[in-house]
Amino acid sequence: MNANPDFRTPDFGARGGHADSLFRYATIAAGAIVLLVLGAIAITTTKRSWPAFDSMGLDFFTSDRWAPNDKFFGAKSFIYGSLVASTIAVVLAVPVSLGIALFTTQVVPARWRRPIIYLVDLLAVVPSVVFGLWGILVFAKHVDGFYGFLHTVLGPIPVVGDLFGEGSGRGFMTAGIILAIMITPIITSLAREVIDTCPQADREGAYALGATRWEMIRGAVLPHSKGGLVGAVMLGLGRAMGETIAVALVIGSTANISANLFASGDALPARIANEWGEAEGTWRAALIGLAVTLFAVTILVNLAATAVVNHSLAKSQGTR
Amino acid sequence: MTATSIPFIRTPDGLRLEDLMAKRTRRSLVSSLMTVLMGLSVVAVMVPLGAVLFTVVSKGASVLSTDFLTKDIPVVTRQAGPGMGPAIVGTLLITLVAALMAMPVGILGAVYLTEYSAGGRFGKVVRFMATVMTGVPSVVMGLFVYITYTLRFKQNAFGGSLALAFLMLPIIIRSTEEMLKLVPSNLREASAALGSRKSRTILTVVLPAALPGVVSGCLLAVARAAGETAPILFVVGATNTVNTSMFNGVNTALSAQIFTNAQQPFVGAQQRAWGAALTLLTLAFAITLIARVITARFALKR
Repeated sequence: MNANPDFRTPDFGARGGHADSLFRYATIAAGAIVLLVLGAIAITTTKRSWPAFDSMGLDFFTSDRWAPNDKFFGAKSFIYGSLVASTIAVVLAVPVSLGIALFTTQVVPARWRRPIIYLVDLLAVVPSVVFGLWGILVFAKHVDGFYGFLHTVLGPIPVVGDLFGEGSGRGFMTAGIILAIMITPIITSLAREVIDTCPQADREGAYALGATRWEMIRGAVLPHSKGGLVGAVMLGLGRAMGETIAVALVIGSTANISANLFASGDALPARIANEWGEAEGTWRAALIGLAVTLFAVTILVNLAATAVVNHSLAKSQGTR
Repeated sequence: MTATSIPFIRTPDGLRLEDLMAKRTRRSLVSSLMTVLMGLSVVAVMVPLGAVLFTVVSKGASVLSTDFLTKDIPVVTRQAGPGMGPAIVGTLLITLVAALMAMPVGILGAVYLTEYSAGGRFGKVVRFMATVMTGVPSVVMGLFVYITYTLRFKQNAFGGSLALAFLMLPIIIRSTEEMLKLVPSNLREASAALGSRKSRTILTVVLPAALPGVVSGCLLAVARAAGETAPILFVVGATNTVNTSMFNGVNTALSAQIFTNAQQPFVGAQQRAWGAALTLLTLAFAITLIARVITARFALKR
């Protein structure tokens, strides 16, 4: 197969008659559904949330007071919680994912590659709610003491100590750790794909110059795949921010803005899932408003990430 | 990649052989250390995976029984004992109907991308947006279906199927596209040379050749969707008895039952959550395993 194959089935004009063009239109319609659904999500959710945006104005984003009884809805603490939890997740998941991606592509012999990848991919098969169940009933209870230990050791340090205050097993940190476990397979598989595009000649060239394995990775593999790796990390960030159920179970469900990583907080999707059942009227509109905010942020992150990954893959394939 | 950007090549003049040897040792030590760290990151991921699987299996296995799989869910949450029958029926029903809706549309969409658009602008936009759509949070998809469907037709199983179908669609499009790309173009040309119309070529030559890979990709999407929770909470509702109707009345699913029972302080409810988790996990793993076997045995290889 040549480098840029034309996958199109040969088409000999209108000889096929109506059935052929009907089939063609069906495929176009199927493709268009993707665009339709994305557009419809944006329009319908914005419309439904309008009462909340309308009555709250900019306070919706800048206030941290969320008081359904007073019909006052400020989303700041949930936006903050989403950012903190997903940042923790990315910080923990990126080195591990990169390590696995490098280990499977650069270190282990080919026959070990598949089993390791299958195991990592198993993580992606475990449903989010199962992680949540494990997080709330097992992990949160056992990690409590460890947080207390970190608090006594790191707490007294000025500035940095603020991050390690007192807390419980349910909070930003636990949510971040659970999220990290969940996004690791996504970042790993994308990172592997990007790293695999590094030309063999570059790697062999580095070895021929006397590089050790790590020097070869630093000098040839990483510079080559930098762009794609950034995209992979951004996709992981997008997933972490949109993840709902596991976070809803372990983050503590308290509107809270605090530098303390062990404190309880709440995130955008988690608040929606936890309050939807009891909400009505403007409250529902406000929850849909949270969803609109979440949708906008994740779409932007995903757009940027997809563009970065596509660009980097196209570039590395073009210069091969 | 130019040699000058590799810093270790530049050794200062007048360096003695012993220094070089020492440096070489230090460099290989660093390299070994990094290799060990890479290996440890594999371990770092195996630990939580092992812990989750171990807990779910050990806690779930003691709950699992025929009664658990078939009996209705107790109306009083604090009551201990089985079962999860309605949730199992709900999960199977909702996911199956979702797959039946998403698969044809997704496969057709992928056919458009590989066979018709080839470099066209609309195809590029669709492909790009399909990738973006895989990142739409399930909670947003749930609310979207709530607004467009549930407000009019009330909570029922079909709403859940719609939401899951929308979540599966972009994954199916992307994986099917990859599989169709692997079909050698001379198959298409041979079929055309025999006088087949384009649609006939696609339906009788291209798709059958890619079928195992396509099915495998769809199954992976189904396995993921079966565990989705948020949409179920919004658009399907909850019930304690078996409901086999797609359109008539509220339903439930394993994922939603795990979520609600995990938040209960009662041991009985938590045990049901572990049982439901083991059931759901077994289902998801079984589907994934089938997909893997199909890929390994029958699918076209890169």
